[in-house]
Amino acid sequence: MDLLTNILAATVVAGTPLLLVALGELICERSGVLNLGQEGMMLMGAVAGFIATLSTGSLAAGVVVAMLTGLAMSMLFAVMAVTLSANQYAAGLALTIFGTGLSAFVGAGFVGQSIEGFEKIAIPLLSDLPVLGRALFTQDLLVYFSWLVFAGVALFLRFSRGGLVLRAVGESPGAANANGLRVLTVRYLAVAFGGAMAGLAGAYLSLAYTPMWTENMTSGRGWIALALVVFASWRPGRLLLGAYLFGAASILHLVLQGLGWRSPTELLAMLPYVVTILMLILLSFDPVRTRLNTPLSLGQPYRPGH
Amino acid sequence: MAVSAQRLKLQGIVKDYPGCRANDGVDLTVGAGEIHALLGENGAGKSTLMKIIYGVVQPDAGRIVWNGHPVTVENPARARQLGIGMVFQHFSLFETLTVAENIALGLPADEVRDRGALEQRIREVSEHYGMALDPRRFVSTLSMGERQRVEIVRCLVQESTLLILDEPTSVLTPQEVATLFKTLRKLARDGCSILFISHKLEEVRSLCDQATVLRQGRVSGHCQPKDLSASDIARLMVGDDTPIATQVSAAQPGDTLLQVQELSWQTGDPFGTSLKNIGFSLRAGEIVGIAGVAGNGQEELLKVLSGEITLKGEAIRFTGEAIDRLPPGARRARGLAVVPEERLGRGAVPVMSLADNALLTAAGQGLVRRGVIRRQRVREFARDVISRFGVRCSGEQSSASSLSGGNLQKYILGREACQSPRLLVASHPTWGVDVGSAVAIHQALVKLRDEGAAILLISEDLDELYQLCHRMGAICNGRLSPLAPASELSINQLGQWMAGNFEVEELADAAA
Repeated sequence: MDLLTNILAATVVAGTPLLLVALGELICERSGVLNLGQEGMMLMGAVAGFIATLSTGSLAAGVVVAMLTGLAMSMLFAVMAVTLSANQYAAGLALTIFGTGLSAFVGAGFVGQSIEGFEKIAIPLLSDLPVLGRALFTQDLLVYFSWLVFAGVALFLRFSRGGLVLRAVGESPGAANANGLRVLTVRYLAVAFGGAMAGLAGAYLSLAYTPMWTENMTSGRGWIALALVVFASWRPGRLLLGAYLFGAASILHLVLQGLGWRSPTELLAMLPYVVTILMLILLSFDPVRTRLNTPLSLGQPYRPGH
Repeated sequence: MAVSAQRLKLQGIVKDYPGCRANDGVDLTVGAGEIHALLGENGAGKSTLMKIIYGVVQPDAGRIVWNGHPVTVENPARARQLGIGMVFQHFSLFETLTVAENIALGLPADEVRDRGALEQRIREVSEHYGMALDPRRFVSTLSMGERQRVEIVRCLVQESTLLILDEPTSVLTPQEVATLFKTLRKLARDGCSILFISHKLEEVRSLCDQATVLRQGRVSGHCQPKDLSASDIARLMVGDDTPIATQVSAAQPGDTLLQVQELSWQTGDPFGTSLKNIGFSLRAGEIVGIAGVAGNGQEELLKVLSGEITLKGEAIRFTGEAIDRLPPGARRARGLAVVPEERLGRGAVPVMSLADNALLTAAGQGLVRRGVIRRQRVREFARDVISRFGVRCSGEQSSASSLSGGNLQKYILGREACQSPRLLVASHPTWGVDVGSAVAIHQALVKLRDEGAAILLISEDLDELYQLCHRMGAICNGRLSPLAPASELSINQLGQWMAGNFEVEELADAAA
């Protein structure tokens, strides 16, 4: 009983950074922009947030700085890929390489230092529920916030005019322009949201998950998020499922090790990545629904007036 | 209507693109409640002019006067605000959204907050003008005719007072065209001005009050289309030195070359069309036409015949041999040539030279020896095609993408014709091609036929089909109608077939 609750609670924690960065990328891709720079933006968010908290002592300051850093990184990308119509793949890859290097450089002097991370807050009543209560409702603030973001994104896409505009721009920027929509503005906003979420996801790693900074601490979560968005067919519900699946699998491998399972740790460490992708491939096997949610213009630059 | 107020007036519109002047001092006046035709060939500057009116591109010189006031139309949003609505040839709809969502996108945010009220308004407007629409359906599930209704209703919900329609009938069956014209006439009576862009002269004559004709970026004439014959208007469009029609002699069909029986194929693409129980035969020395609205299985049929899609059974027999399993190369080797609809990307590789493009399908004509390209032969072959088919280009080394649509089409067709195919399958060979090139292409097809080849012509252009074909039918939703001699097939019957009613005539006969 206790073990199950602990595993579930850890699953949510492990899935949260992935959920945050993937929600950001989902919005970004729905506008037709593919930003492969998630990993770089996350790392920059993680290191900037950590340094800010370390020097001010405030976790809130860390989160804000991390989000602004992710946003700034994404604007770098947007200028290249949206305004200058550069190749989105190349620009995104460049952003990741840049962010990986810069974060290692900036963070070099902070490796090994530690801070007081986010504390778990039990929500009254809800946390008294059996099993799930303690697993879901005794978490840190950022986990609760990620649920708000998730709900916001899902409702935005489904019910708001803004969501409609976003989907329209992503499906056909030419038609959107002909309809009087401002394609480039929409794409900028979407990229900015993606950047801020990547920064926040980075901050979750360095301020809550493991409250410290180590080089390359995202260990490929930015890439998994990109795969997650595709295999979730750009639908928030499946994204949530995929993120927590990844979380569960990464906890499972720790548990298995703890139980004294004798197999190479490298193989076990692969587990979450393999399980997540396999599950989502199976889930995304509905061509019609997938087609209805795929942003058709993904990866294609748009220049109005051409 | 004679003293009606001027709704739109263009004065001296000039628009330059690198290497060509698309509009050169164009004047145009459209009165309130007037149906005004804008005529011209492809490349005459019609599209550019429309885009200027709708604010998609900006003119380099000239004035736009709207209801008596000079205006600048900076972007489509401004155009809508003024009351200018546009129905694009390639619709500007979002397939993954519903009808109501598509229409909501074009309206100010505060008018669409109440989705129920919007849906009600859509129903009212569409019913008032006889264009039934369900606001909740996804656009991807609508036919071409229904999509066009969405575009028109969208403009009407926005309370447009000038409606621009770009080649609106090219995607419709004859019956749908009649319904559309009824709607447009009703709109005009209600005071809405209509700018109708077309190159189909009979339609313009039956619908429009006034016409402005463009040629090479300039206004070449104004007329009242009802007072002129179609060929007089055609002269205004193309000038004096271009032939406007091919004389087609009667076909002399020979033996059956291609026999298709019970051909079915299930598509894997959710928005594709499956082929259902298709059967027809094709004889040497005849042209058989397949009419149909785009997206009803034409593309799939072409692929099944060309070998891009291979089948398991024995549905397709070419000179008696079942070729279902053969890949495209093997079919070509047997004399089956294909001219696909997309010139760039499927008919030719855009960045490659004309000579290299010749190699793609004509390698078997002695252009390659033991795997080594014989450059000299390739160049000769390409030059031969260019001169025999009057392709206008700077030489066999110019890239395919540098040619105009008509010229490239002449080259692609010529490349196939020079290999003396026994069967040629051509899809929309004159789509987007100027009148002069279209005539040349038609002549080439007829010549090939007279040399004993069988030709399957898939086209949306009914005039073209009636002009060239010996027998014809229509494809609808992956099913093929019976084939009938073109001389005995009424346009009404063909329209029924295009809409999928294959048994109507028999039923009517039985009832009578």
